[in-house]
Amino acid sequence: MNKVKALIPTGLGFNCEYESAKAFELAHAKADIVDLRDIISGEVNLFDYHILMIIGGFSFGDDLGSGKAIANLLRFKKIKGKRFIDLIKEFVLEQKKVVFGVCNGFQVLIKLGILPAFDKNYEEQNCTLTLNNSGRYEDRWIKLKFNSKSPCIATKGLEFMNVPVRHGEGKFIAENRDVLNRVMDNNHFFAQYIDPETNLATMKYPLNPNGAVNSVAGICDETGRVIGMMPHPEANLLFETHPHWTRLKRKLKDQGKEIPKFGEGLKIFKNIVKYCEENCI
Amino acid sequence: MAHRIEVALKKKVPDPRGDSVKKRIENELNLSIDSVRTINVFTLNFGLDKDTLNNIGKELFTDKVIEICSVDKAIADDFDFIAEKGFKPGVTDNVGKTAKKNIEFFLDKNLKDNEKVFYSIQYLFKGDLTKQELELISKRVLGNELIENFIVLSKEEFNEKGIGCPMPVVKGDPGIKIEKFDLNKFSDHELMELSKERCLVLNITEFNEIKRHFNQKEIIEARKKIGLGNELTDVELECFAQTWSEHCKHKEFNGIVHYSDLETEKQETINSLFKTYIKGSTDLIKQRLKEKNSDYLIKIFNDNAGIVKYDDDTNFVFKVETHNSPSALDPYGGAITGIVGVNRDPAGTGKVGAKPLFNTDIFCFGNPFYNKDLPPNTLHPMKIFNGVHTGVKDGGNQSGIPTLNGSLYFDDRYLGKPLVYCGTAGLMPSLIHCKDSSVKEIDPGDIAIMIGGRVGKDGIHGATFSSEERHEGSPVSAVQIGDAITQKIMLDFVWEIKEKGWIKSITDNGAGGLSSSFGELARITNGIKIELDKVPLKYHGLQPWEIFVSESQERMSLVVAPENLDNIKEFAEKRDVELSVLGEFTDSGFLELYYNKKPVAYMNMKFLHEGAPKKHVKAEWKPNKNKEPDFPEPDSCLNELKNLLSSLNICSKEYIVRPYDHEVKGRTIIKPLSGIKNDGPSDASVISPKIKSYEGLVVGHGLCPRYSDIDSYHMSACAFDEMVRNIIATGGRIPDLENNQIVMWSVNDNFCCPDSYYDEKKNPDGKLKFAKIVRANKALYDFATAYNIPCTSGKDSMKNDFKYIDGNGKQIKISIPLTLLYSGVCKIKDIRKCITVDVKNPGDLIYILGLTKNELGASEYFHQKGFIGNDVPKVNAETAVKLYKALGKSMENELIESCHDCSEGGLGITLAESAFSGGYGIYIDLNKIPVKYIKRNDYLLFSESQSRFIVTVNPKNKEKFEEMMKGNVFALIGIVEDNEIFSIKKLNNQVEQADLQELKTAWQKTLRFDLPLERVR
Repeated sequence: MNKVKALIPTGLGFNCEYESAKAFELAHAKADIVDLRDIISGEVNLFDYHILMIIGGFSFGDDLGSGKAIANLLRFKKIKGKRFIDLIKEFVLEQKKVVFGVCNGFQVLIKLGILPAFDKNYEEQNCTLTLNNSGRYEDRWIKLKFNSKSPCIATKGLEFMNVPVRHGEGKFIAENRDVLNRVMDNNHFFAQYIDPETNLATMKYPLNPNGAVNSVAGICDETGRVIGMMPHPEANLLFETHPHWTRLKRKLKDQGKEIPKFGEGLKIFKNIVKYCEENCI
Repeated sequence: MAHRIEVALKKKVPDPRGDSVKKRIENELNLSIDSVRTINVFTLNFGLDKDTLNNIGKELFTDKVIEICSVDKAIADDFDFIAEKGFKPGVTDNVGKTAKKNIEFFLDKNLKDNEKVFYSIQYLFKGDLTKQELELISKRVLGNELIENFIVLSKEEFNEKGIGCPMPVVKGDPGIKIEKFDLNKFSDHELMELSKERCLVLNITEFNEIKRHFNQKEIIEARKKIGLGNELTDVELECFAQTWSEHCKHKEFNGIVHYSDLETEKQETINSLFKTYIKGSTDLIKQRLKEKNSDYLIKIFNDNAGIVKYDDDTNFVFKVETHNSPSALDPYGGAITGIVGVNRDPAGTGKVGAKPLFNTDIFCFGNPFYNKDLPPNTLHPMKIFNGVHTGVKDGGNQSGIPTLNGSLYFDDRYLGKPLVYCGTAGLMPSLIHCKDSSVKEIDPGDIAIMIGGRVGKDGIHGATFSSEERHEGSPVSAVQIGDAITQKIMLDFVWEIKEKGWIKSITDNGAGGLSSSFGELARITNGIKIELDKVPLKYHGLQPWEIFVSESQERMSLVVAPENLDNIKEFAEKRDVELSVLGEFTDSGFLELYYNKKPVAYMNMKFLHEGAPKKHVKAEWKPNKNKEPDFPEPDSCLNELKNLLSSLNICSKEYIVRPYDHEVKGRTIIKPLSGIKNDGPSDASVISPKIKSYEGLVVGHGLCPRYSDIDSYHMSACAFDEMVRNIIATGGRIPDLENNQIVMWSVNDNFCCPDSYYDEKKNPDGKLKFAKIVRANKALYDFATAYNIPCTSGKDSMKNDFKYIDGNGKQIKISIPLTLLYSGVCKIKDIRKCITVDVKNPGDLIYILGLTKNELGASEYFHQKGFIGNDVPKVNAETAVKLYKALGKSMENELIESCHDCSEGGLGITLAESAFSGGYGIYIDLNKIPVKYIKRNDYLLFSESQSRFIVTVNPKNKEKFEEMMKGNVFALIGIVEDNEIFSIKKLNNQVEQADLQELKTAWQKTLRFDLPLERVR
């Protein structure tokens, strides 16, 4: 079988290319780290790949608001005479491939209007990710609950996950009540920050680290193939990347259980690769 | 025609940026205020039609979900006062630069060089304030007068005349002028005046040496031939000042020291502290390693950072720097420059540089709650704290480099000069295109290239400035502002072309700018020719000497063979990295500089680099006797414990650690915060550089400056031991050469010293101060060689003093205590055997390892009681090494559940931190603790004896563990309990208890700026 191929644009201030590529490799896909400018120049062809992952970082220093400057670049620079949006539409709608944005990548997708893309309109920004209620950038681990009703192909079969958030502008807001209702009612949201004691979505800081409305941590389009989330699943690839691993190790040893090799975050990448194996190859 | 585009949050949307300004005004200035809101302003100094401007505003700068935008019309309406903050001319404006780039995307064409976008912020205040209070707010909270301009208006003033269209354009073009100096015509007094006026920091001996050199016949004739006279040009004079500066040449650490110890009545002459003790200790360890057939020390002390072997195909590089003086003037800019600047040290090491792996940062400040009058021209320590923290955070996070390790230390002697230590480690392949990556290779005829940012006046005289104590008129141009993104793009470019084999050598542009980077590289071929007019400038009006010594950031110097020049140029264009060809390497023996084809400097390489006369320094050691504390033992030890937990140097630093990205790249195994709530204080951090291997690096540090108030020998010994035991506690291993167990360690020693050069009038206690430096070096040698742990890089920063005239016309000097930071890295074979500080399970046994002695001299406990005392902690290397070996073996056999070292605040603090990080109570019997000469509970709990740990052990491993520890001082002293009670059985057998949460809250509250502030000392 041909291997699933993931394209990971980098450069211009993105910085999670290493762990994102490793995540796909551990999920048995091939990952290419490519300078975004080589994609814009047409030197590297998006359509040679099954997955486009827009990674975390500080593109252009987030100088005009997080993800905004890259969104501007992708909106106004044409790729071989075509608009980026049109390429994405072809990639997702016709070829049924996957676009996955994490953190800064999610911010780029939101600011381009590629998410949540009601009625397959991928050009209308109606949600945003803005400054955390704390007013600060923070690195902390949170617990997510996944929405089993969401069409998101990355979280199928998953219930909970521990992952870190590392952002200053991750507070999800919708333009108005109608937009928010649609995000919730049509299950565009696929992940929420929860209180680990009750497993319920929460507005309590720091369990909800940024004050996101309805505790939304990630949303997808109606196909479930354009996916964006603030937390970093690629930062929890090994058992030992979890902050409690020394505690968990003791517990598992006491229970006579085996110590797992991988971290929970890998499951998301495995799901994406599995989807592509079944549908794109 | 200029235009202003304003972008504001919609009225209903909360403004966290404004809210945080409001909070700071309330907290730091004790003023009450109703609300603060903010507006982003983009000022374009070029014309565009109205529709285009509207589209640019709406599409590029506005998040339409939450923001509105206006062109050439003020948005501000509902406020009482307004302040607008923008940069001063010539200061780096990162947002403005990005905005311009985005306009270029939109217009699909490049704008001209002089078409610029300037960024500023408006603050709208509501509340009952006076204009003076507003000026104070601007100065203290909003920004920094040194680099920023403020316009402050009341509502009435604003309505009447508006804010205008301020633009920080660099004006005037003074014309290029080469000044010439015939030093023979200057008297000694005039030479010193010249030195002062031009900030040269050259002394008479040095001037005389320069004069002597330039009066030589051969030199005069050689100069005549190329068209230069007998006089020195300003370029040459400045080049000497830079190359011979304390910062670059370390004249005092390399000088001849006349040391006398009045205690032992011994006198000695030490030819270079650096060579004798620092390099000396590493040389000895290298020799010992060689005897064991190990050569992991690849290239030490002769590149930007030391290079050691990580594994068969990777080398490891680690460098820690200080950026103190600039951070005193502009905390944010100084600190961000500090961190992105030190990134370039590994990136400029070896043939093509190392790729950054992690950052570290340690800051020393005055008390952030300082409430007495400040010396003139100093910033409040809280402001320095905030600015430095944000700068280092932004620099590290934006560069995508995890911040693994750091700390904060507070003492009011850092009021005038804060210390900002920043470190970066990196990895490089051992071979680049089949060539040794550690070797810089240059041949005559190779091309000298500069890449990255442009050159402006920023940072001029940085090297000489940091070699001098701060005074009230310190030059503004000494401040730079780093730009992490420009640097990241440049370093990404270097890494791409590295693969292609085009680079022959690389180095960074730091202190001294081009004079230092190419000046140093040219030593390899013994000559270089540079055309200074080829250097791209930020703005007109830089003199050739300024171009040569400017410290503008984000620049690297590369060496390429002529045949690869076109390739590299083409690729730079593709990656939008500015590249300029500045000249070529020669073997002429001279540094030749030209401006518009005319010679402006012609300097003998050998004289420039080796001609500086050796400095002679006097040092005299005489121990001082402090008052012995005489306070009685307090009734409650746990109240004392609570107070200590809240003290600045012990309390939780979570609020400061949280905003650092400590796990980007997904390889951080032990994070700076650990425990059940992820808020316990890790002793050290661990990173696993290659995700598919279980090998890793443990990163820690040691710092205890107050011990130098008693004896800097023990300060240095304790700091070294603290660094080692932090790393051992987390899973590092001590080398055991006798048993052929080689462990890779790499340590940076960073000395920050007060002015220690004796002068009868200006520095009467200089001899004692220098003796402290000598003694710290002696301990460095003794303990590095006893542990077989080598220093691989380091730095000394001299003259960390602040002088001013007080209200009564009296000259006052604030000198820092001698502060020595050891930052260490230890390679481990299996990260899965690492340990955290938190207790894991009720029923686990609590052991203390090591002996507790009556060593409270300069301890946190005595400090809190207002004493220094005399019994400073001392390290016994022999027992320490033995203990560390046994502990390592227990960890290897997975017999340890948690491990936490004892440092500031002693055993009491270690126990409390281990307990509340794990979320379980503990019971401890103080009678069981092995002690020497201690009869008081408080001394027992708070003694700072070194080389001690608290570990917990699963009861089923009790025998095995005790067997392994045999021959060391250790004892079973308590148990982890299934409750939240902290209990101690005291020496009189009474039990004292405290609530664990209460202890934790005491520990957390001090530096939690999101909670109401508590004033502590």
